[in-house]
Amino acid sequence: MTNEVIDKAIYNELKEAAGAEFVLELVAAFMEEAPGMFAELRTALDEADVDGFRRAAHSLKSNANVFGAHALAAPARALELMEVSGDTSEVQQLMVQLEAEFTRTAAALENAQDE
Amino acid sequence: MNENRGHLLIVDDNRVNRLLLSRSVELLGYTVTLAENGRAAMELLRTGTFDLMLLDIEMPEMDGFEVLEAIQQEPALQDIPVIVTSSVEGVDNIVRCIDLGADDYLSKPVNPVLLRARLSASLEKKRLRDEQKTLLRRFATSEVAQDLQEIGFKLGGRRVHASILFCDIRGFTAISESQSPEDTIELLNIYYTLMFEAIDHHNGVVTLMIGDGLMVLFGAPQPLDKPAASAVAAALDMQAIITQFNDEQARAQKTEIQLGIGIATGEVVAGYAGTEQRATYTCIGDKVNLASRLESHTKKAACRILIDEATQSAVAQSQSCRPIGDVKFDGFSNSVAVFAVDSP
Repeated sequence: MTNEVIDKAIYNELKEAAGAEFVLELVAAFMEEAPGMFAELRTALDEADVDGFRRAAHSLKSNANVFGAHALAAPARALELMEVSGDTSEVQQLMVQLEAEFTRTAAALENAQDE
Repeated sequence: MNENRGHLLIVDDNRVNRLLLSRSVELLGYTVTLAENGRAAMELLRTGTFDLMLLDIEMPEMDGFEVLEAIQQEPALQDIPVIVTSSVEGVDNIVRCIDLGADDYLSKPVNPVLLRARLSASLEKKRLRDEQKTLLRRFATSEVAQDLQEIGFKLGGRRVHASILFCDIRGFTAISESQSPEDTIELLNIYYTLMFEAIDHHNGVVTLMIGDGLMVLFGAPQPLDKPAASAVAAALDMQAIITQFNDEQARAQKTEIQLGIGIATGEVVAGYAGTEQRATYTCIGDKVNLASRLESHTKKAACRILIDEATQSAVAQSQSCRPIGDVKFDGFSNSVAVFAVDSP
């Protein structure tokens, strides 16, 4: 684990294995899909849909791990494991953290493409 | 790098994961079909042919556990190896996948080196299993092969209600003496192909092939609703096919053949007989002897299909049968009523 938003070692491994151009495509797909996952999280929270919430958190975690975005994966994983059925202050806090980390991750992935 | 052959089904609800997995697998030289959830995957599995499935667990509609459970209910799908690829939390969930029949587990994001190793190991195992199955099918009918795969091999029999059909080419010795061995084998091969088609169509199991003679069982190892009706229907189909075949033979000025068929119905003991090293699926009982005697009697009675009373009463509603009187057969203490089935 490093303090970087994106774990460069993991990111470079991905580039090496799958090809730099493909990684661009993959990042673009993530950027397109992520808002949908956040929307699913919120809807599931409103509807107290425990499974839906867990699945959306799981998806975000799983995608964050693909790019080595540990700081984004951490709150996503915490939410996945919580069995969330209501909007508690702990959930609120993690959601805020998740959204902030996503913004940082998106920016970092953008920058990584230019390198 | 592109030497790998195999068609893989990737099941994942997440687009990023689907893209990455299919990229990794395609780079290894495999072809890929994608499914977004378990339900779509089940539909593809039933209609397509796949060598392996990479299955996610957390999915809407039908998750990976439900897919594994559904596969266990469908024998036709059980030979496809499944590797679960997931970032699901907890060892319990991984154990559950293996318990439900998954071959292997890879955690996401999937390491490309591990993926390559697991894929080639699973596909190699499948190749060996397929080879064994082909071999089994060649020497046993599909029903027996299925029985062996489901229940396993065990010497010993059980009592079943079944119909036994014997079939023989009339005057085959004379035919084989009048033509070259090559022609005789060719004739036999065509004959067997035609007969097997009629027999398979009515779910019969060939338990014995001797020269031009066949013994066929209806109602074991897989039970049938109406074994006697299936046997009689198969016999009529066999005769109809031979009539057609003879028309062609006549046009080509080749040898025509006549079939004698005998059918008896009742309780028989069916199972694997032999030794642990070499065994065959067969059935025994006086109904077997009776069917054989009926088949021999077709020549004397100048009928093409003869059946016993039990078969006759089972099919009487749908098939007209002509009583030809009681016959005292060798090895039977009482004479038995015999009926002729006339082709329509």
